Amino acid sequence: MPETRSGVIPRRESPYVARFTRAERAIHYATAALFLFCIAAAACLYVTPLAHLVGRRHLVATVHEWAGVLIPVPVLLGLASHAFRRDLHEINRFHDGDREWLRAGGSDRRRGRFAGKFNAGQKLYASWIAGAVLIMVVTGLLLWNRFSLTWIPRSGVLFIHDIGFYLLGFGVAGHISKAVGDPEARRGMRTGLVRRTWARETHGQWLG
Amino acid sequence: MMPTEGTKPIGRRVFLGTLGLGAAAIVAAPTVQKAWSGTLGELSQLDPTGVSGLLPNPGGFRYFSVAGHVDRADPATYRLTVGGLVDRPLELSLADLQAMRQTRVTREIVCTDGWSVEQVPVDGVRLSDLLDRAGVTGGAGAVRFTCFDGVYSESLTLEQARRPDVLVALQMEDKPISHNSGGPVRLYVAPMYFYKSAKWLSGIEVTEKVEPGYWEKTGWPVDAWLPGQEPGHA
Repeated sequence: MPETRSGVIPRRESPYVARFTRAERAIHYATAALFLFCIAAAACLYVTPLAHLVGRRHLVATVHEWAGVLIPVPVLLGLASHAFRRDLHEINRFHDGDREWLRAGGSDRRRGRFAGKFNAGQKLYASWIAGAVLIMVVTGLLLWNRFSLTWIPRSGVLFIHDIGFYLLGFGVAGHISKAVGDPEARRGMRTGLVRRTWARETHGQWLG
Repeated sequence: MMPTEGTKPIGRRVFLGTLGLGAAAIVAAPTVQKAWSGTLGELSQLDPTGVSGLLPNPGGFRYFSVAGHVDRADPATYRLTVGGLVDRPLELSLADLQAMRQTRVTREIVCTDGWSVEQVPVDGVRLSDLLDRAGVTGGAGAVRFTCFDGVYSESLTLEQARRPDVLVALQMEDKPISHNSGGPVRLYVAPMYFYKSAKWLSGIEVTEKVEPGYWEKTGWPVDAWLPGQEPGHA
C-alpha cells in the first residue's frame, strides 16, 4: 500500500466556519416563535383597531398568556447545551474590544475588527431583553392572577406591562431589521455556518 | 474561551439593572400612570386621527369583545326580550325603553384588566322597573342576560338585579351608547367589575338559580363586587 503523502498539498481552509450549533439555533427559533405568538396576540388585545377586527378575547388572551409564560423555557432548557452556556458567558463579559467597538460608533464600517463572537451591541441587547422579558412574565402573571394579590395595584402592573410591550416591540423590531440588513448573519442562524471572510470582518476577535 | 481577566460582567449588570428598573417602575406606576393617562386623555380629545389610541395606556375605555365579529343592531328594529319566570313576557323596542323612567348613575367604571374611567354618567332604565313591569313569579331567584353578539352572557341574583344602581343602559356620557361600547343597549351593574355590565344586551331571563355567564364559566366570580361595594360594607 503506497504511503499517503498528506501535507504535501496544503489543505485549503474551508470558506465557512461554524457559528451556531443545532441547540443554539433551536433555542433561538423556539423563543422567536413564542415571542411572535405572544406579541401578535397582545396587539389584538390592546391595539384598539386590531381588537375591533379580531375580538374573541378569551381565545386571544389564552394564546397570549401561554405563549408569554413559556418564552423563558427554551433558554432554560438551553442551559443544558455547552455551546449555549459559553455564549451566555461571552455575552456577560465585556472586553476592551467592546469598549473600542462602542466608541467607534456606527459610522466606522470597520469596527467589527474589535468584536468577539458577539459585538457590544448584541451583548447589551441580549442582557437588556432577558431582564425585560422577566419583568413582562412577572407582571403578566400578576395580571393573569385575577382577583388575588390585590395589594399590588392592578392598574400599575398593567401600566408597566403596557409600556414593556412597546419597548420590547421596538427592541425586537430593531433586532429583526439588523438581521434583514445582514444576509450572512441570517445564514449563521439558519444553517449554523457563516463565511470566514464575514466573520473576520464583523467579529474580528472571534476566531482569534 | 476568552480570559475573564481584564473583563467586566457588564451583561449581568444590564440584566439586573433592567430588573431593578422594572421593580421600581411597579412601585412608581400608579403615580406615573395617572399623569400619563391624564395627559393622553386630554390629547386624544384634540386628536382627530385617533393615533393617540395606539399609544400605551391611553386612558378611557378599551374595546373588549369575546366574539369575532358583532353585527350592528339597527336602533329601529332592535328588541329587548324579558322572559323566563315572569307573568308578562315583554318585547321592548328602543323607543319603549326610552319612554320608561330614566335613572342616572355616575360611578367609576373599573375593569378587572386594570383600567378604569372615573365618574362616568350612565343613563337608562332600572332593571328592577323592567322586572316589575314583567312581573316576577314565585320561585325566581336569579336573572340571566344574553347578548346579540351570540356568545356573551351574564348573571345576577334577583337581589342584586333589584338594586337601584343596576341599569339597562341607553346612554353613556350623555350620548347614545355606540356599537363599540355595546350599544344600543347594554347592562350597567355599577357596584361590580365591568365584565358584569354585558354589552349588546338582547335578552333578560328570570331563572330559578344563577346560571354562570361567559367569564364566570372560566373561573371569574359571579359576585364581582368592587372593593367597598359589597353588601353590608359600611
